[in-house]
Amino acid sequence: MANFETVEVKTDLLIVGGGFSACGAAVEAAYWAKKNGLKVAIVDKAALDRSGAVAMGLSAINQYVGVKDGDNTLEDYVRYVRQDLMGISREDLVYNIARHVDSSVHLFEKWGLKIWKDEAGKYVHEGRWQLMINGESYKIIIAEAAKNALAEAGGEVYERIFITEPLVENNKVVGAVGFSTREDKFYVFKAKAVICTMGGAVHVFRPRSIGEGFGRSWYPPFNSGSSAYFTLKAGAEMTCQEVRFIPIRFKDGYGPVGAWFLLFKSRAISAGGGEYMTVRKDELQNWAPYGLAKPIPANLRNYLGMLDLDAGFGPLYMETSEAINKIADQYKEDPKAFKKKMKELESEAWEDFLDMTISQAILWASMNVKPEEKHSEIAACEPYFIGSHSGASGAWVSGPEDMDTPYKWGYANMTTVEGLFAAGDASGASSHKFSSGSHAEGRITGKAAIKYIVEKGADPAVDMAKVEELKAKILAPLDLFAAHCNETTEPEVNTNYIMPRQFMFRLQKIMDEYAGGVTAAFKTSKFNLERAMELFVFLKEDSDKLAARNLHELTRAWENVHRMWQGEAHVRTMLFREETRWPGYYFRADTPKMDEANWHCFANCKVDPATGEWEMMKRDVWNIPGV
Amino acid sequence: MPSYVITEKCDGCKGQDKTACMYICPNDLMVLDKEKMKAYNQDPMMCWECMCCVKICPQQAMDVRGYADFVPLGASATPLRGSQDIMWTVKFRDGSLKRFKFPIRTNEEGSADPLGGFATNDDLNNQALATEPASLGLDAVPTLQ
Repeated sequence: MANFETVEVKTDLLIVGGGFSACGAAVEAAYWAKKNGLKVAIVDKAALDRSGAVAMGLSAINQYVGVKDGDNTLEDYVRYVRQDLMGISREDLVYNIARHVDSSVHLFEKWGLKIWKDEAGKYVHEGRWQLMINGESYKIIIAEAAKNALAEAGGEVYERIFITEPLVENNKVVGAVGFSTREDKFYVFKAKAVICTMGGAVHVFRPRSIGEGFGRSWYPPFNSGSSAYFTLKAGAEMTCQEVRFIPIRFKDGYGPVGAWFLLFKSRAISAGGGEYMTVRKDELQNWAPYGLAKPIPANLRNYLGMLDLDAGFGPLYMETSEAINKIADQYKEDPKAFKKKMKELESEAWEDFLDMTISQAILWASMNVKPEEKHSEIAACEPYFIGSHSGASGAWVSGPEDMDTPYKWGYANMTTVEGLFAAGDASGASSHKFSSGSHAEGRITGKAAIKYIVEKGADPAVDMAKVEELKAKILAPLDLFAAHCNETTEPEVNTNYIMPRQFMFRLQKIMDEYAGGVTAAFKTSKFNLERAMELFVFLKEDSDKLAARNLHELTRAWENVHRMWQGEAHVRTMLFREETRWPGYYFRADTPKMDEANWHCFANCKVDPATGEWEMMKRDVWNIPGV
Repeated sequence: MPSYVITEKCDGCKGQDKTACMYICPNDLMVLDKEKMKAYNQDPMMCWECMCCVKICPQQAMDVRGYADFVPLGASATPLRGSQDIMWTVKFRDGSLKRFKFPIRTNEEGSADPLGGFATNDDLNNQALATEPASLGLDAVPTLQ
C-alpha cells in the first residue's frame, strides 16, 4: 500500500465542507461550543476563502424574507416554495430556514458585505425575495466570520483535505476519513457529531461543452456529489433524488438571467415561435394547480421553452434590446436623465456577470455584444444536483423541535443516522434557500449539533481495523497505477485500470443518453432508466479499477465515485416515481402526466450499509395548517 | 483556457511554502513546476474561470483566455482587486474597452465580528440562534401559531 502517514484528529463536532452552510454551521457551533467547553473542527477540500458554490462571488442574495419590515410573511415563503416544487416540499424545513434567514443577511451586512440600499435606507430588491449586493468577496467575508468565530472558540480549520468516507457504528456516526490533497497523509477524524455540508453535484451529466469549456458548468465543477455519497454511505435516508435542477441561462457562458428578467423586465422568446410563455399558456392547464398560480414554477417555464425547441423554433433569446429600449422610452423627454440611467443599467448588467460568471462577460466581449442593440441567446443548462436552489435532492432530515409535524425523530437537521447532520445542498426537500438560506440552515444545524453533543454525545467508538481497511481502499488507485503503469508505453491506456477522466466520461454518457441529459432533450423512460441500471452494474464494478498517478488524480478518482452514487440514486428514484411532475427538469415519456392521486408524496431511498441493498419508499407530504 | 500563467511574470511565489494560485484554486488545478519555478494550470478543461487565481496573484502573472471551444478570440476581462474595490477592464474583440469599479466590502479585511455586535442568546434549548432575536430585528423568533 502507498506509504501514507495516518493522522488522527479528535474533536467533538466535525463539519465537513467549506461553503455557505459549513460556514454558517461553524459560526454558530463555535458560539455554543465555547459556552459548553466543546471543540469544533471544519475540514475543507479547498481553501475556506474561496471554496464552495460562491467561490467566484454572487451579485444577489436570493432569499430575504423581510419579516421585520412586514414585507412578507414566512407563510408567503412556504407557499412560494411549495408552488415552485409542484407541491413537494418539507414545509417545516422551509419555514425554519425562512424564520432565520433574515438574521444571516443582517449578519452579512455587519461582517462587511455591501448590500444595496435606497435613499430611505431600505434594501434594494431585484425581485420579491432577492437583494442586490456588490458580492465579489461574498465568500471571503462569510469565511472570515467563520474563521474568526472558530479562532475565538479554540476551534480548528483543516484545508486541502478531501473527506471520502463516513465512519459509522451501529447507525451512529463516529467520524470521517480522507486524505490530504497536498502531502502523503491519511486523516482520521473522530467526532461525537458530524455535519455534512459538501455541496451538490456537477458533471454527473455530460455538460454541453465537451472541449476546453468542459469546466464551464453553471454550478461549480468542484461540487462532486460528496454530500450525497457521504450520507448515502452512512445509511441515511435520502429524499428528492429525482429532483434535479436545470437553469435557463445565457447560453454557453451560463451567465445569470435574474437581473434581465427581474430588474430590466426582459422577455424570453424562441426565434420561430415568439414569446413561448404567452403562446403556450394553455399547456400550463395540464400541470394544474401548480401551472396556474404565480409565479409559474421554474421547471414549467423551462418546459414551455423546450416545447418550442422540440418544434424546431429555436434558438431561444433574451430580448435585451427591447427591454432597454422600453426603459429608454420612459426618458424620451429627458436625454440627460436617459444617459445617466443607461450608464447605471450598463454597469449593473456587467457587474451581474463579473461578480459571479466572469466567462459570460468574456463571451459577450468576444462577440462584441451590445445588449441595447441585439438580443442574446439563452439555453437550458445540463442537469445539476442542488438542493439549495430550485432542485431538491438531499438527505431526509429531522424537523424543528417546536413544530408539530410527522418529521421528527431527533435534533433539527439530523439525518436518520444518529449524530449525522446535513445542511445546504446536503439536506433535501427544502429548496430555495440559496446562499443566505444555506447559511441560516448551517446555523440552525450548528446549534442543534452542539445541543445533541451536550445531551447525548458519547466518545466516538472508532473501529481502527475498519479504518485500516478504508485506508487501503481509498489509496488503492495509487497502488493500482504504480503496479501496472510501466506495462504500456502510454500509461493512460492499460488493461488493468481506468483513469478518472475516462471513468467520468462513462458515467456522463450513461446519464446523458439514458437518464434525460442534454442529448436526450431531458427525456427518459422506464426502458431507458432500466438500461442505465444495467450499464451502472459494469461501471460500479470498474470503479474498483480506478487508477491515479498522484494526489490530484486520487481526488478526481474519489470525486467520480461520489458522482456515480449520486447518479445511481437519481436513476433509481426517477424509475420509482411513475409520473412526470417536473416536465422542464425531466420528462418520463412512458408516464407523461402528473399523477396527484398516487405521487403527491416524497420519493425517498436508502442503502443498507451492511448489504448494499437499495430500498425505495414513499413519504407523505405535510402542509402547514392554514397555509 | 481558462486560466493561464504568463511565463515572464511568474516567479513561483519564491520564498513561500506554496504559491498563491495553488493555495486558492477551488478545484486544485494550479501546480508549481519547482525546476522552472513557474506555476501552471494542470487541467484547463476543469477550470471554472472563477479567476480566484488571477485576483490573488501577487505578480499579476495570471489571466484567463476564454474557452476556445465556444469563445471567439480577442476578448478579455481583467480584474485588479484591492482591499475595498475591484477594477475591471473588459476588452472587446473589436478593441473597444469598458472599465468598471465595484466595491467588494465595507470594512477592513479580517475585521468581521462573528456576533456582529448583536445581543446574544444564552439558552441552548430555545429556537433562537446565537444572535437572535436581536439580529432578526424582532422581539422573538417567529413560530407557528
